[in-house]
Amino acid sequence: MAIETVQANRKLDTQAGRQSRIAAVLLVGLSALTAMVFAQVGDGDAVFRLSRASDAIVLPDLAVPAMEFNYIAAGVLAFLGVRLWIRGGSGRISLSLGFGLLLAVAAFLVWATVGKAFSLTGMLQATVVRAVPIALGALAGVLSERVAVTNIAIEGMLLAGAFTGALAGSLLGGWGGIAAAVLVGGLFGLLLAALVVTYRVDQIIAGVVINLFVLGVTSYVSSQVFQEYRFLNNAPVFRVISIPLLSDIPVIGPVLFQQNIFVYGALIMVAVATYYLFYTRSGLRARAVGEHPRAADTLGIDVYRIRYINVTIAGMVAGFGGAWLTLGLVGRFDENMTGGRGFIALAAMIFGRWHPVGALMAALIFGFADSLQQKLALLQTPIPAEFLAMAPYLATIVVVAGLIGVARAPAADGKPYIKE
Amino acid sequence: MEIELRGITKRFGEVVANSDVNLTIRAGEVLGLLGENGAGKSTLMNVLSGLYRPDGGEILIDGKPVQFRGPGDAIRAGIGMVHQHFMLVPVFTVAENVVLGVEPTGPVDFLDLKKARAQVREINETYGLEVDPDEYIENLPVGVQQRVEIIKVLFRSANAIIFDEPTAVLTPQEVTEFFAIVKSLRSAGKAIVFITHKLHEILEVADRISVLREGRIVGEGVPGKTTDLELAEMMVGRPVSFKVDKTPFSPGPVLLDVQHLTVLRENDAVAVNDLTLNVRAGEIVGIAGVQGNGQSELVEALAGVRRVAGGSVMFQGKDITGASARDRHRLGMAHIPEDRQRTGIIAAFTVAENMVLDTYYDSRFSRGLAMDWQAVNQNSAAAAAAFDVRTPSIFEKAGHLSGGNQQKLVVARELNRDTKLLIASQPTRGLDVGSIEYIHKRIVDAREEGDGILIVSSELDEIMSLCDRILVMFKGRIVAEFGAAGRPANKNDIGLAMAGVAA
Ligand SMILES: Nc1ncnc2c1ncn2[C@@H]1O[C@H](COP(=O)(O)OP(=O)(O)O)[C@@H](O)[C@H]1O
Ligand SMILES: [Mg+2]
Repeated sequence: MAIETVQANRKLDTQAGRQSRIAAVLLVGLSALTAMVFAQVGDGDAVFRLSRASDAIVLPDLAVPAMEFNYIAAGVLAFLGVRLWIRGGSGRISLSLGFGLLLAVAAFLVWATVGKAFSLTGMLQATVVRAVPIALGALAGVLSERVAVTNIAIEGMLLAGAFTGALAGSLLGGWGGIAAAVLVGGLFGLLLAALVVTYRVDQIIAGVVINLFVLGVTSYVSSQVFQEYRFLNNAPVFRVISIPLLSDIPVIGPVLFQQNIFVYGALIMVAVATYYLFYTRSGLRARAVGEHPRAADTLGIDVYRIRYINVTIAGMVAGFGGAWLTLGLVGRFDENMTGGRGFIALAAMIFGRWHPVGALMAALIFGFADSLQQKLALLQTPIPAEFLAMAPYLATIVVVAGLIGVARAPAADGKPYIKE
Repeated sequence: MEIELRGITKRFGEVVANSDVNLTIRAGEVLGLLGENGAGKSTLMNVLSGLYRPDGGEILIDGKPVQFRGPGDAIRAGIGMVHQHFMLVPVFTVAENVVLGVEPTGPVDFLDLKKARAQVREINETYGLEVDPDEYIENLPVGVQQRVEIIKVLFRSANAIIFDEPTAVLTPQEVTEFFAIVKSLRSAGKAIVFITHKLHEILEVADRISVLREGRIVGEGVPGKTTDLELAEMMVGRPVSFKVDKTPFSPGPVLLDVQHLTVLRENDAVAVNDLTLNVRAGEIVGIAGVQGNGQSELVEALAGVRRVAGGSVMFQGKDITGASARDRHRLGMAHIPEDRQRTGIIAAFTVAENMVLDTYYDSRFSRGLAMDWQAVNQNSAAAAAAFDVRTPSIFEKAGHLSGGNQQKLVVARELNRDTKLLIASQPTRGLDVGSIEYIHKRIVDAREEGDGILIVSSELDEIMSLCDRILVMFKGRIVAEFGAAGRPANKNDIGLAMAGVAA
């Protein structure tokens, strides 16, 4: 029933109304920040580079007059905030807020770049690269939470994949490393399934146990064994594969089609997972198990089997994502090198509303924050590097707390299923 | 087709849910299975539908013994069950729910929803059931959801169909429609089991009746020969009376005055829509309605546990619209919540602790930061005795009590003080006849003492026997009033109002 059917002259205290007031305050705050800090740059242009000289098609640089741009941005932000305040719940909250945040980030970039040049395409390329482990971790989360197994263990699975990738990669080469990482990830998925499905260990505890176990074992081996036998921690790194023609498109080419197999693998997996979950018989059954396991059971669907299979596959996906850290990036394993990406992946899963494509989009936002802090360190802004390093986590909090609204988890998420 | 259950026994730990049960189900016949809540009806049928494995006894189909390793086996043997709590995935469409488990597929495991929709339409036409295959379950009224369950069973070509308490969630008109469907299924040669604890329903639709009490078959009956009183006695194990005694209606001043109240759900959907009502001293006001028409939200708002989005609530002339639950409690309002397990008691706490959940901070029970357990225990023992809470001791965990005693515990906590207004939501849902009688008596006692009482119940019989005034709630509004100043209460008219048919 629509709110309009209520007497029009009375103002209702709605959830959406409260949310939009919070968002409005946030936007006005951003506007003030933009006007009072980012716009105080004096005369000068911020130069954004879109192409490299070696590219097939070279686009001219983008020169933005900094002060003017930022005052305009502040004005637009203020307008959005005030409009949201006045319109209340009927304004599009997340659209305004999303656009507002984008604008604020742009203003920030302009402020940081003024008088210098900054490669926009390079940053977007790094965004995609940085998004890979988060996207794959989030995809692992989607696959297991869709069958109602809460997966806190993504962090551990990523770390196990990274470690195995380095070790097996050193011994067997890159492809052997990937295969081993996927296998070990799958084994941890299987372990998680056994703990929570068969033995009904609390799902949070089971996940934490796996995380601690993996952290302990890999740290021990890397500090004790890898120090001694360095050839065990010296894996090849997968090269960039340029896709003919497509990689020549300006901006989009370098960002999407000049990447290594982890990026392509992640994109393919997201597509396959989407098809699996929403267009196949197995996907329908998996989702039914996550929403209403007893209903599935009464129809002769084996709830436990489906949970085992999906959580194991989730582990394999996370194992592949973990291998990116070693085989896709640096070629060697360092203690705790995932650094909390598994938990950011969980946030991406929720922000992406338990949908593979949503999870990918959310991962790109986090990847953007990650690469932004990296590139900004090069620009030598007055902001301390430690503070910039917080950006991805700050983004996590803002996104989870502010933007999500009413995302709906699978109804049985986190609950064990007891047959009788 | 003939299904025979022989000597079925089913235990859950200590509890013997079914004990040596024998039953025969035949094609073209409706078997009524009657029993109180907790008698073991659902358990027995879950055994037959393969969900539970029996601890003893066997199932024979057309004379041949069968073993079900899971519900899939029972489905293949032609047995379908419509569960008491519907087994539908709310975020799936009708078609997705119907085909789940036996999906039509194309290459690469592709789910052929087009074919599924066509198949649902086909069943719709064959049996005259009107359901849109593309609608999401969560958007459908319960009556239609039930039809989806029936389509599910028919889609699997079941020959025997079990209905577990199918009428509990329906309006009287929907019940009539449902009986028509049952009769048409019977004439199509299906074997039907109809489970209920409502006597008049079973007498209307069953061909034979078996009565289950404490897990055993205690008697049989045939409609037309066996009377409702005889059946009731078999079901309860002692003679029962269906009447509630109370003094004539003489209401006092208005206690609770609700004006233009609007309450929203979490997603901002309107649950209570511009609703106005009042409750006077010494009267029992009943709110009838199909579940999900805003009753829960109304009660929560009145009890101070849900935010009010618009309108006002006055209690004895004082504005309490934004008052906390504790403030309301102190003013003399009592609240029996609809879900005793979730919000009525804390299962892991003892009976004594549960008795002081609302008053623990009172100087009678605590000094500074410390609880005065002696006072708590004395008070609880007295209240438990006064309200007939049967428990081994007041130190027993509340979760270990039977449903009836849990509810009496809630009633004891809420009424064992000087109250002025009682708000009770589904006060007797799922209770045995003895507990229902007792709780009704305490409610009537409160009225005799001059309390105002607001009862929300989806049991029309309860509302009609207890209340002085009946309001019918539909889509968040009061759509009709019966009794006292309004029209005399009449089951048919109330039923129509519950279905939203304005009169
Ligand atoms: N899954 C279960 N675990 C433990 N006890 C159960 C379970 N299901 C039912 N019971 C117990 O078995 C008895 C019969 O329950 P049930 O078959 O649901 O009764 P009915 O359907 O007749 O109301 C009750 O005492 C109930 O508490
Ligand atoms: Mg039952």
